[in-house]
Amino acid sequence: MTADRAIDIEALAGDPKRRRKEGVIYRGFQLAAGLSIVISAAIVFSLLGEALVFLSRVDLSQIFAGGWFPRRGQFGIATIVAGTMVVTVVGMLVAAPLGLGAAIYLSEYANPRVRRLLKPILEILAGIPSVVIGFFALTWISPEIVQRFLDGATAFNLAAAGIGVGILVTPLVASVAEDALRSVPLSLREASVGMGARKRTTTVRIVVPAAVSGIMAAFIIGISRAIGETMVVALAAGGTGGSAFTLDPSGPGQTMTAAMTALAIGSEQVRGTDGTFQSLFFIGLLLFFMTLVLNVLSERFVRKVRQKY
Amino acid sequence: MASRVDTPNISDLVAAQLRGGRRDPLGSAFQGLLLFALLISLLILVVLLFDVVGDGISVLTDRGGDFLRGRLSVVTATNAGVGQAIVGTLLLTVIVVVVSFPLGIAAAVYLEEFAEDTRFNRFINVNIRNLAGVPSIVYGLLGLAIFVKLLVGFTGGRTILAGGLTLAVLVLPIVIITASEALRAVPASIREAGYGVGATRWEVIRSHVLPSAAPGILTGTVLSLSRAIGETAPLLLVGAVTGFLATGGASIYEQIYGRYTALPVVIFRWASLPSSDFRALTSAAIIVLLALTLTANAVAIILRNRYERKW
Repeated sequence: MTADRAIDIEALAGDPKRRRKEGVIYRGFQLAAGLSIVISAAIVFSLLGEALVFLSRVDLSQIFAGGWFPRRGQFGIATIVAGTMVVTVVGMLVAAPLGLGAAIYLSEYANPRVRRLLKPILEILAGIPSVVIGFFALTWISPEIVQRFLDGATAFNLAAAGIGVGILVTPLVASVAEDALRSVPLSLREASVGMGARKRTTTVRIVVPAAVSGIMAAFIIGISRAIGETMVVALAAGGTGGSAFTLDPSGPGQTMTAAMTALAIGSEQVRGTDGTFQSLFFIGLLLFFMTLVLNVLSERFVRKVRQKY
Repeated sequence: MASRVDTPNISDLVAAQLRGGRRDPLGSAFQGLLLFALLISLLILVVLLFDVVGDGISVLTDRGGDFLRGRLSVVTATNAGVGQAIVGTLLLTVIVVVVSFPLGIAAAVYLEEFAEDTRFNRFINVNIRNLAGVPSIVYGLLGLAIFVKLLVGFTGGRTILAGGLTLAVLVLPIVIITASEALRAVPASIREAGYGVGATRWEVIRSHVLPSAAPGILTGTVLSLSRAIGETAPLLLVGAVTGFLATGGASIYEQIYGRYTALPVVIFRWASLPSSDFRALTSAAIIVLLALTLTANAVAIILRNRYERKW
């Protein structure tokens, strides 16, 4: 071989046909990823458009009415936000201890064999559709738990809906919190045990504080999911026709998502007063921004854990 | 010597000495409490299944085939069935698979294999994460505004195509995230080996990265499918039928452009009827739905346990 046949850059770049194919494939895959931005934009614009129509058609004083009765033209936003808050608080009272307890047990106490046995419980629970939990909340939790312990509770009540939502959110809280606990480096535990601390002390004083931002993230993501949960409240909270302002968990009430479901089912039969249909999008927009803020917040907390370790 | 016989006990003695001779009852109580939190979830699961199966199994044993083939009714419980709902759910599933799996996996491949760390790509990543947290009912509004109203010429309005596309958009972020995780688990050395013998990026992905990540991707997609099967709220918004449904046309075209219903939607409708006749029917429909979703979940868990690789 002679020296003037040295390999040049052109030859190294390879077959142009092969390179062109590579470029086409790159563009195709990039488009698929870019589609997510189109979806986000579509969500925001479709919600915003109809929500503005709602605000322009409806007497603004009705938004601050004392109740949520869309067929009578009363759109008291405070009523449905309050209902959502009651359900969310009850839900987190269930999901926070159950989820965190399960997470600590799985991460700190269970040996691999026990873990393989117990972890699927949460995974199966996470796989139960929300409409099934809603039916369970209505037919079992409400009569067997809520009406037994809360005097004068009605068949439809916010507490049962809240407990149902809590059951639904527990696996999510547990899984995010467990990830956070497991990302705490082993050296911290070893140092603590080396100092003579007990397992319990190590867990409570060292591991949990080290993972606290991840645990916060788990709670926030749980709250976000609880706010957006629809079927459980639509079935168990009993606000199909509308509701007056209430903070009483033992009685029926209306949440943002349940109000949307009621409007959606009614939209074919009853048109109601002007703006009823558009109010659906107004609540949707509110819901979208509430959950977005919470999700961004929890993402922040998760990133904090990742940076630390 | 006698002391030799005692030797096995010395390690116990030393352990007790190191423990300071104290037990830790509070520690055991704490551990018990944590286990209890986990077992409550199991208890809920068991009570739920017993409650539903106890109520619904009689319907399945008495008129099983009739119930599984029967038509939707909210008037007479004796001849109502879930035939149309099962067909609707299966068709929706097919649309979700066809639309969201290729798109989701392609997006994941872009983000994990092609994308450099630019501002645009970081934005896509954050955006997908946020989309995964959007409540499902908001996707219903999206479907109502875009697939039912705006693209009425393509979807035909409140059809199963509009419903399926809505669910496909709903699970897309989940598919992307789980597929990304599976791709990230493939070690760099496999890619480097491919580049080392002169393969292009796509050739490496097609022949090495995707096959290695396939089990993980499959697990994630099956899980997202089970999510799509159980979704109710968005379908209510994009017009799944909850009352009377005339059986759609025989041809595939007529089916796709016809009105539809789905299992979770029927469950919701029956559960909200005040008549107690429908309670057993609701439970029976739930058994059918759980059979579908739990099978999908079990398949995913088994796949993961069998093919999970530690690199």
